[in-house]
Amino acid sequence: MNKESILKKPAVQALLSSLACIVLGLFAGFIVLTFIDARGAASALFDIIRNFFRYPSAPVALKYFGNTIVKTAPLLMCSLSILFAYKVGLFNIGVAGQYAFGTGLALFAALHWQLPWIVCILLACVGASLLGAISGFLKSYCNVNEVISGIMLNWLSLYTTNMMLTVVKETTSPYTKNIVNVNHSALLPNIGLDKLFNNNQYVTVAIPLAIVLSILVWFVLEKTKFGYELKATGFNKHAAKYCGMKEKRNTILTLIIAGALAGLGAAMFYLTGYEQWQCTQSSVPGMGFNGIAAAFLGGLHPIGAIFSSLFIQHITEGGAYVDKTLYCSQISDLISSIIIYLCGFVLFMKLALNKWLAKRDEAGSSKDAAGTGKGGRS
Amino acid sequence: MMEVTLLEDQYAIEMLGITKIFPGIIANDDITLQLKKGEIHALLGENGAGKSTLMSVLFGLYQPEKGVIRKDGKEVKIQNPNDANDLGIGMVHQHFKLVECFSVLDNIILGVEPTKNGFLQKKEAREKIMELSEKYGLKVNPDALIEDITVGMQQRTEILKMLYRDNEILIFDEPTAVLTPQEIDELMQIMRNLSKEGKSILFISHKLNEIMAVADRCSVLRKGKYIGTVDVANTTKEELSRMMVGRNVEFAVHKEDKTPGDVILHVENLSVASKIHKNDAVKNVSFEVRSGEIVCIAGIDGNGQTELVYGLTGIEPLKAGTILYKGKDITHASIRERSIDGISHIPEDRHKHGLVLDYSLEDNMILQRYFEPEFTSKGGTLKRANIRSYANRLIEQYDVRSGQGAVTKARSMSGGNQQKAIIARELDKKPDLLIAVQPTRGLDVGAIEYIHKQLVAQRDAGHAVLLVSLELDEVMTVPDRILVMYEGEIVGELDPKTTTAEELGLYMSGAKNNMHAQAGKEETV
Repeated sequence: MNKESILKKPAVQALLSSLACIVLGLFAGFIVLTFIDARGAASALFDIIRNFFRYPSAPVALKYFGNTIVKTAPLLMCSLSILFAYKVGLFNIGVAGQYAFGTGLALFAALHWQLPWIVCILLACVGASLLGAISGFLKSYCNVNEVISGIMLNWLSLYTTNMMLTVVKETTSPYTKNIVNVNHSALLPNIGLDKLFNNNQYVTVAIPLAIVLSILVWFVLEKTKFGYELKATGFNKHAAKYCGMKEKRNTILTLIIAGALAGLGAAMFYLTGYEQWQCTQSSVPGMGFNGIAAAFLGGLHPIGAIFSSLFIQHITEGGAYVDKTLYCSQISDLISSIIIYLCGFVLFMKLALNKWLAKRDEAGSSKDAAGTGKGGRS
Repeated sequence: MMEVTLLEDQYAIEMLGITKIFPGIIANDDITLQLKKGEIHALLGENGAGKSTLMSVLFGLYQPEKGVIRKDGKEVKIQNPNDANDLGIGMVHQHFKLVECFSVLDNIILGVEPTKNGFLQKKEAREKIMELSEKYGLKVNPDALIEDITVGMQQRTEILKMLYRDNEILIFDEPTAVLTPQEIDELMQIMRNLSKEGKSILFISHKLNEIMAVADRCSVLRKGKYIGTVDVANTTKEELSRMMVGRNVEFAVHKEDKTPGDVILHVENLSVASKIHKNDAVKNVSFEVRSGEIVCIAGIDGNGQTELVYGLTGIEPLKAGTILYKGKDITHASIRERSIDGISHIPEDRHKHGLVLDYSLEDNMILQRYFEPEFTSKGGTLKRANIRSYANRLIEQYDVRSGQGAVTKARSMSGGNQQKAIIARELDKKPDLLIAVQPTRGLDVGAIEYIHKQLVAQRDAGHAVLLVSLELDEVMTVPDRILVMYEGEIVGELDPKTTTAEELGLYMSGAKNNMHAQAGKEETV
């Protein structure tokens, strides 16, 4: 009886199905590697999982661990954006465009207008939330599905960002100028965290901020009147309307908040100076879409998203260490995307788990019945 | 194996000594059900009596712990629904299993499409369907899309689906719950035709009138146990309900005479646009509801009652007219303002409007008042402890039963208890005006009795009640005044004490109208 109740707990189920997805993803990745070249499959997979642990010296490993978490922060923000909207019954596929637009505004403000980081962050946040507002408005008043408007806006924001940032790009390369050289005030403060990671200058306030925001999202959804309203609207908008909630306003607000989270994520990454934007980019950043996988792998729970984002970023980074003499250079992206793709199967895993539990109950109960039946007769 | 006697040969299907146990509950306890060839056999029982489990066993969805199933006297093993289908057992589910954007024809042949070299042969199928439709009086348009046709025609499509598959044993699961009175009559006729042609019918219901009207025999289940089988010709409604509930049930609604007080709701020249067609769904409707009276809007489904309620509660905007509530103009007030002012609304569709099914029972209990200081702090956080104790009080007071109390997901509760939860929530607001739309829809007699008592108690406490009902029994017994709606207009005002079901039927079908005469009188005064 006790054993059963543990397996039936939603939290345990979420964890189990996420773990099952990870195992399945790694296995599928291994198979693909084996097909391409069986000789290096095991070690390549090992390289991916090992990531920075490959460095025997602790300070070096720590520095590379810092790099992983620097990129985890924006991924976490994108997955929060997805899951927040998802809880309200909306699929914010516009997260990729919101992320791109947030990047555009943050970098433009930092490099062209020479503004301090706090203003850059706010601009990115407001700009991306405006994109969310457009989707929300179209959904509420014109009955346009947020997925359609989100995909359209993704392209619009990508090219707008490319155009904007061409103004501040290096003359000789397609990349934007490095903030470090142009505007020091736009760099996110390290608040001493860089020391913890062997002077990794990219480890900034963004990381604790992302974690605080995860907790905040959880708090808003679970503990507040606002979250109660939003979730009611998501589960059943007719009932929400019936009891006097403003379901149109709630839809718009949700997408505004989702957009703001994605925009924040963009600023929290690009204002570290870790990477520059490539102004000739012809596809929206994968960060947004990986956020979808991270959200589902994290069981659609804001705290779960912290761990799932870390995992996904971990294997993405780890992919860079795959032996390039045996595999072509795209292999790392391929393998990590296979794993990420299978991470989206969490809900399927949950279903399978419940089916299995039901079957076991059925078998158990018929055994019980047979037992009592025999007892009765003797 | 027992010896098969001649007598048993006349049974189309027999379920003998069926026992099905789930962890913690015996859903079926030694149940016997014997369906004779060519009879209409009713299966009667309250919600949760084990009817659905028994049918799932018959369809091979569950394997029983004990008991045997026999077809034409021979023992059979039904492992899955395909086995059931091979044995000629078909079922019309309460919620139809149709593809909305497919035509009637496509739905009927779905899964058993006649093909030649991989191409569909719809012509043959069409001929067979038209033949069946004529033979049994099942009028359908084979080319209409499911989403465009009435619920009645959808049900006929489901019946044709069974006949197209040459099923001999037809199971109808609560088939009348979704139908209008005329459609019910039609269905009864269809069932009689089917049984005349030798089909055996199992009719699952808890509506006693319908069982009395159409069934030959009736088996009764109560709390998983088999109570007995009776010949319908030799029994009474009272007898059946006693078998079903285990005690005497009051069919009559007891209420003292009461003189209505002040006008609570005053509706003038109200019009509401229709979402389906260009004409208004509600046309120029005026009426009043006073304190201490129950006014019933009667009529056949789809004559504007739903839209009228949407207009009164603010869910849909009005096209014209004014609504005065306790003398105050609320024509343009929001849903929330009306609710706070003391209008409660028991909605027609408890799953669509009444509940957030994925919320717990306690979260549903506060749906209309979660924003009040009792449940939300100044900082905007929910006061969980208060919510729990409030929900527990309502659960106790209104006897709402559920698996895990306040934290039970609303989705997992029985229909009757879901409705009780809504009633608890709406009545606890102490409304001056209660708008109850089909509050007893799909519920068993015990729950209906309970809800009627609550409505009368509301009236006796001096509040106004506006009841919208499609059930003739309810219209005749519960209200103090009846207003009949036909094609969006109020065509008659009747006194339930003096009117008859026949007269009511004439108004409901638009054959009679006493409002124009009255309007003329008022003008002369």
